[in-house]
Amino acid sequence: MTLATLQLDKVSVHLGGQLIVDAVSFDVPAGHIACLLGASGCGKTTLLRAIAGFEPVSSGRVVLGGTEVSSSTGMLAIEKRRIGMVFQDHSLFPHLSVAENIGFGLDSLSKTARETRIEELASLLEIDNFLDTYPHRMSGGQQQRVAIARAMAPRPDVLLLDEPFSSLDVELRETLAREIRHVLKSEGITAILVSHNQFEAFAMADEIGVIKNGRLLQWDTAFNLYHKPASLAVADFIGEGVLIEGHRTAEHEVETELGIIDTRQIQGFNLPDCEDISLLLRPDDVFHDDESPIKAQIIEKAFRGAVFLYTLELASGKRVLSLAPSHHNHEVGEAMGIRLDVEHLVAFPKLPVV
Amino acid sequence: MGVGTRLRVNETRPRLLFQPWPLSLLGLSLLLATPIFVVFSSMFFPAGDIWTHLLDTVFARYVRNSLALMLGVSIGVLALGILPAWLVTNYRFPGSKIFEWALLLPLAIPAYIIAYTYTGMLDVAGPLQSSLREIFGWHYGEYWFPEIRSLGGAVAMLSLVFYPYVYLLARAAFAEQSGSVLEVARSLGSSRRAAFFRVALPLARPAIVVGLSIALMETLADYGTMQYFGLSTFTTGIYRTWNGLGSSVGAAQLSALLLGFVFILVSIENWSRKQSQFFNTGSRVHLGNAHKLTGGGLLVAYTACGLPVLFGFVVPFVQLVIWATITFDTVMSGDFAGYLLNSVSLAAVTSLLALTFALFIAYGRRLAPSFASSFAARILGLGYALPGTVVAIGVLLPFAWLDNRVSAFMLARFDLSTGLLLSGTAFILVFAYLVRFLPIAMNTVDAGLAKIRPSMDEAGHSLGLSSGKILRRVHMPMMRGSLVTALLLVFVDVLKELPATLLLRPFNFNTLAIRTYELANEERLADAAGPALAIVLASLIPVILLSRSLRQARRAPGEVSITQSMESNK
Repeated sequence: MTLATLQLDKVSVHLGGQLIVDAVSFDVPAGHIACLLGASGCGKTTLLRAIAGFEPVSSGRVVLGGTEVSSSTGMLAIEKRRIGMVFQDHSLFPHLSVAENIGFGLDSLSKTARETRIEELASLLEIDNFLDTYPHRMSGGQQQRVAIARAMAPRPDVLLLDEPFSSLDVELRETLAREIRHVLKSEGITAILVSHNQFEAFAMADEIGVIKNGRLLQWDTAFNLYHKPASLAVADFIGEGVLIEGHRTAEHEVETELGIIDTRQIQGFNLPDCEDISLLLRPDDVFHDDESPIKAQIIEKAFRGAVFLYTLELASGKRVLSLAPSHHNHEVGEAMGIRLDVEHLVAFPKLPVV
Repeated sequence: MGVGTRLRVNETRPRLLFQPWPLSLLGLSLLLATPIFVVFSSMFFPAGDIWTHLLDTVFARYVRNSLALMLGVSIGVLALGILPAWLVTNYRFPGSKIFEWALLLPLAIPAYIIAYTYTGMLDVAGPLQSSLREIFGWHYGEYWFPEIRSLGGAVAMLSLVFYPYVYLLARAAFAEQSGSVLEVARSLGSSRRAAFFRVALPLARPAIVVGLSIALMETLADYGTMQYFGLSTFTTGIYRTWNGLGSSVGAAQLSALLLGFVFILVSIENWSRKQSQFFNTGSRVHLGNAHKLTGGGLLVAYTACGLPVLFGFVVPFVQLVIWATITFDTVMSGDFAGYLLNSVSLAAVTSLLALTFALFIAYGRRLAPSFASSFAARILGLGYALPGTVVAIGVLLPFAWLDNRVSAFMLARFDLSTGLLLSGTAFILVFAYLVRFLPIAMNTVDAGLAKIRPSMDEAGHSLGLSSGKILRRVHMPMMRGSLVTALLLVFVDVLKELPATLLLRPFNFNTLAIRTYELANEERLADAAGPALAIVLASLIPVILLSRSLRQARRAPGEVSITQSMESNK
């Protein structure tokens, strides 16, 4: 069992003189699975590579299992860190069989101990039938199982997974993500996953760090990221939604284009202490209501089985999303009555530029 | 209905139009493959007592020397080629980008020229030994100095100019290795060095074997160095049996044995090329900072990358320039312009013909793909592996036979002796060059044509362009670069060619390569520098082209074909 924790303390990374990761700090407790989530080019992969030791940190420190492994003054060689690495392209050694791939990092073990460990992992990841096969004869999903088994074999303090599922097709991706989470949890492995796909992150991770422009915006559970985003940027990135502007009319009231909201109805919700307020409207916050005086024109509609996702344009030209039961079938171009449901709401002080 | 009709039209039209293509292609390839057939069929003819003589005297030495040479050159080219390839692809150090292409420069120096140059420098009368004697007051015979004209010297010379084949293929293999494969090895506890030996080197092995086989084919084909150093190998043996002993069948049989060696190498090469497909690790992603070398690592890098370039190119090149400057007047007062004109006209005619045939073959295969045409192309492709001496023997015999037949016929019919019509003319020289160098043009043209996907033709047709217009407006602009490259490569290879020219040239017909050879054999090495330098300068052009293609595309599919095309020096 690993008891190690990974700690990052104001880690910055420069590549080619450019600041790529900007003072990121977080802790991952032993046995937890964390995810660095962000759009491509946000610096999440560079951060993962800095943790692994492939990139030097320009300031701050990385502490792994109580030992400082990277700081601006020096870094421990990659091979001396107890990390496991899984890449998007699997990166199996094509000249070695599956068993030899898994056993690559087990030099220090005796032959029997090595074989026991290889078999243990093969059965855990359900690749026991392939041990003598060479990688080029395997499917992408199987190859990724081998890559994960290989990285787990030497019992690393932390397992680093760089977009591990993105080269697989969508259906395989979700089942494999769930299965790998189960394997990691059963082995008590601490892991960090890098992903640009929030559903993959939700499925795998205990905690998620949202990264944008090299900064860590929020480090939280999936539930909190969705329902209590710490900033506009997080709210914008996680889930679907639209920001609309509101103006405070009373202590507990905000007036928006979609009517006045009385926030006393919402439990545990406090309006920010300012006049102009931005409100995040999720598609399930905007309800279809033929009786409502507020009308919006249908710009687009997407059939999603039980519901339609309507893109609506308000009188001001602002667009919002609305989920409506699919028997409420309206045509594009029609006006549709809508109202706000105010059971939960996310609000921020209005910013000049979102 | 409509679709069905169109499909049928598409299927039948090219077949009807180009039915003759596979046939004429097969004819051309059989014609150019004559030398191979002639050489092999010589095995079934009695050669008189020549074999008793050969077996008694020199045959064992040919085999022993050739094997020792191959072993030595293998060690040499692997030692010189692999490490620099690894260093320039995986490390950054001041000058690493320059070394990446500079390491190819020795390809521009034909083996016989580097042998002449070093002999001139290191011989008893050469500048090095002279100054040693002067400085230390030694006399000849009182000190030990390595003899350059030896098997060891030949291994050194050939290794210095052939290591770029290993370097080129190893570099491409290392550059293609996905960086993450090496990073995984590091994360599993391997040091950089261990990752090289456990992962990078095994993955590059098939490519390195390809490079090694090409270098060894060159080694077997070398005539100039062996002749000059007085080493008995197959190539010098063939020449000696033909010219000295006057046995054409014996020479052809020796050629067949040599070809046996060559085809073993060709099979190893082909097998390794297939193997390397399984070792594909996906495209390389350049992430982050490449590892910078400092201190001891820097010293290793400059030694490993610097020495091959220094001794394989810089030293002999500077020496040639110095000699050529000193002997400038002598060179110019001779018939330098005449040799140059001879060389250039032969090279120009051959390269134009090679390009024409290559285009004919490439389009034939594209428009009417058939078993016959791809078989024909395979036979033609074998030419690149044939030693010049073998081609010469294989060309001489059938043409002599033909000349005799024609002459006998004319004499009987018209009482007119035509003598030797074709033998000893530039015609059979060009024919021999085509056998050797057409594959180079074919590879280059094929690579160019492969860029024009069939869907582009279809797009052209769908836009209402006629076939002629598609050729002019799509193919020609896209192919231009490859066509020029093909011309250049063949041109330079003809310029450098020595052994076939020596055996087949018309009487008193001298080229730059022949003149270099003659002057060197008269021990007028400084005088030989003029024509030698002209050859080296011309040979630099394709090397520059190659180094440019390295920089432009890290994963250039054309790279391998240019590698094959650069195959030269014979």
